[in-house]
Amino acid sequence: MPCILPDGSITETAKKVLAVAMTEKSVEEIAKGSSLPLFRVRSSIRELIDAEFIAEKNGKYLTTEKGKEKI
Amino acid sequence: MESEEEFKMPLLGDEAPDFEAQTSQGKLRLSDFKGSWLVMFSHPGDFTPVCTTEFMAFAELAGEFKKRNCELLGLSVDSAPSHIAWVRNIEEKTGVKIPFPIIADGNKEVAKKYGMIHPGQSATETIRATFIIDADGILRLILYYPLTTGRNMQEILRCIDALQTADKHHVATPANWKKGEKVIVPFPLDQESAEARLKEGYECIDWYLCKKELKKE
Repeated sequence: MPCILPDGSITETAKKVLAVAMTEKSVEEIAKGSSLPLFRVRSSIRELIDAEFIAEKNGKYLTTEKGKEKI
Repeated sequence: MESEEEFKMPLLGDEAPDFEAQTSQGKLRLSDFKGSWLVMFSHPGDFTPVCTTEFMAFAELAGEFKKRNCELLGLSVDSAPSHIAWVRNIEEKTGVKIPFPIIADGNKEVAKKYGMIHPGQSATETIRATFIIDADGILRLILYYPLTTGRNMQEILRCIDALQTADKHHVATPANWKKGEKVIVPFPLDQESAEARLKEGYECIDWYLCKKELKKE
């Protein structure tokens, strides 16, 4: 299931990722904080970056202002 | 020559070929699983009897795989909507929820990379291939089963236990070994060590076959 649905809403998985990444986190920290498997976090982050809901900096991820509106 | 390349199978110890594929849980890459062990397995087709029993058996043991830091990833040439419909049907009819993603490999891209199509069995369906890939993305074990024979999930778990035990303790495991049983001490490679081996306190049949208990974890 993709994180971002055709109507622009996001899945519960995506919301969990964005909620944990309100402060800068690594993939492993997001997996731990969201209780999601690593592979789901990595694939979700890819989509969330494309949608500009999350941003990457030095291997850490942070929810953007646009992303915060989706939570 | 082209068909030889098409069906080239990766070998044990190789880095597992990466891919990006549509699955029943979104687009995934093999590299997304790095840091976890992975059992990637193909099946001939959705809504078929043997495959249904296999999926239920994998789902019932999903917690055991998790305990071993191991994820599950299915694959067939069916579409993602077919996978979704099948998974929903299994849950509706049996109450068993399939928690792992299934690759929709309609163009057989992943199947070809991993040698999952065996034309002597079927030119169109994937056989029952199982690949155990470690947390570094290295291919550690391959099992191939024909279309008519369902896999034994306890054996797959046993293989993961054996591989993880071998990695952690630098030992080997004997025939029919199960977690908790004695393991094999690597055999000596020179005469001096061979002579010393029998005095090292192991349970030995001879210098080349010695076993020991592992400390309980």
